[in-house]
Amino acid sequence: MLEVRDLHAYYGKSHILQGVDLRIGEGEIVSLLGRNGVGRSTTCKAIMGLVPPQGSITFKGRAISGLRADQIAHAGIGYVPEDRQVFPTLTVRQNLELGLKRSATFGRWTFDDMFRLFPNLGERRDNPAGVLSGGEQQMLTMCRTLMGDPDLVIIDEPTEGLAPKLVEQVARLLDEIANRGVAILLVEQKLTIALKISRRLYVMGHGHIVFEGTPAELSANAAVRKEWLEV
Amino acid sequence: MEVFLVSLLNGLVYGMLLFMLSSGLTLIFSMMGVLNFAHASAYMLGAYFAFTISLYVGFWPALILAPLLCGLIGAAIEMYGLRRVHKNGHIAELLFTFGLALIIEKCVQMTWGLVAVPYRVPAGLDFPLFSVYGTNFHAYRAFMLLISALMFVSIWLALTRTRVGLIIQASLTHPEMVGALGHNVPRVFTLVFAGGTALAGLAGVIGGNYQVTEPSMAFAMGPIVFVVVVFGGLGSLTGCFIASLLMGLIQTFAIVLDYSLADLLKQLGITITSSTPFAEVLSVPLPRIGALLPYILLVLILLVKPRGLMGTRDT
Repeated sequence: MLEVRDLHAYYGKSHILQGVDLRIGEGEIVSLLGRNGVGRSTTCKAIMGLVPPQGSITFKGRAISGLRADQIAHAGIGYVPEDRQVFPTLTVRQNLELGLKRSATFGRWTFDDMFRLFPNLGERRDNPAGVLSGGEQQMLTMCRTLMGDPDLVIIDEPTEGLAPKLVEQVARLLDEIANRGVAILLVEQKLTIALKISRRLYVMGHGHIVFEGTPAELSANAAVRKEWLEV
Repeated sequence: MEVFLVSLLNGLVYGMLLFMLSSGLTLIFSMMGVLNFAHASAYMLGAYFAFTISLYVGFWPALILAPLLCGLIGAAIEMYGLRRVHKNGHIAELLFTFGLALIIEKCVQMTWGLVAVPYRVPAGLDFPLFSVYGTNFHAYRAFMLLISALMFVSIWLALTRTRVGLIIQASLTHPEMVGALGHNVPRVFTLVFAGGTALAGLAGVIGGNYQVTEPSMAFAMGPIVFVVVVFGGLGSLTGCFIASLLMGLIQTFAIVLDYSLADLLKQLGITITSSTPFAEVLSVPLPRIGALLPYILLVLILLVKPRGLMGTRDT
């Protein structure tokens, strides 16, 4: 469904992505792992059109490289940034509402779905999102992106800085997303949920992919884990 | 007391006029990071358009048509000018809007002449509404207050109750995220730019005949509008509102309060003579430094709160 070939990206003069290749099938859960600063987030942003990409990106057979972020979103890709970016002055419900690409047009997800999955958000639906806890904000950003009914959702470090109990909640939401036939590109630093839920994993190092395989293959490959993942 | 009441009302009128001008600028500045030097030019154009339109069809149609015209010009500037210049960074944008302000001034001079045009308060509103101990409060000022209040309520409703308003609010803090959610941010920018220019135009329509409609009015109004925007804080319409009223009231009261620091010190039992250090500075009466006060306040607030009164982000 998503096919990235020889993707390059720059921040000013520094060459961040140096030829990234990856693909994601329909409804597939794929993880992109790696240490901080190897270009995982830049990969997400380049796919989403938030950083100018060079190279080929096709989604559902259509070239999306060079389109604006909103056009890529309308093509069916959702993006959950690592820094959450809730709209702090808007209420929880208004945040979700802005996830809808057209007013009152629902796809796989409704407000009630979200409030059932996360009762906390339901209770605070009329509170400004800025007063939510970090964990709640994380859930809200994910839900907000899902409201737009993407067919592929790119989620950047959803478990970063969350307590173990909240990490479980994130994992449950990822299951729910997969159950509804939505493909996931999960970006993580730690292996915790990635190994459990992914069908395939990519490991990134210094601007390109250094490993591709199944969770079992990665578990068996101590050399890759030691060189590119363990801190 | 009567001086206080009338000055309060006049200060409110001027403050609301400032808000009408600066609300658009603050939205544009916060969303796009563009310090639009040509913003006050839209204020001037509004006044001149209203002058010409009212020659033919009267003041009331001009009240609607002139801001619309300014809005259209704003949309064109954003779509065909700023959007292209934007790629080359902030300096290019700054120079672009600065050049635009100069061009508009020259165009106005060529079209309407170098001296002020006789843009007058409409006859229907040209009478004293009430008078307190001999000080008149003019009906037109009440009308200005009414228009500003209506504008304030409509902006507030549009920003908080409509979907586009929510998108604008969200774009104030996280424009990238709004785009990634599938909203056409460039189109929202055009809309906000057009809306902001139209508001500045409206301020020109009702302010041009209250003050003087002349080619230098844009450059006279520009600095104080920037003070309001920066003082209020980027990204905050509430801050902008408070700053507008504050500056309006300060400037109005400064004119009527004929005191100096020396008078204040006298109350505290310290007498200033010509031999006291800084005697000249201390005995300058308030009305003479009234125009300076907003800038002094700006410097003070930036020392204490670098983001301005209620700013949510850095410049």
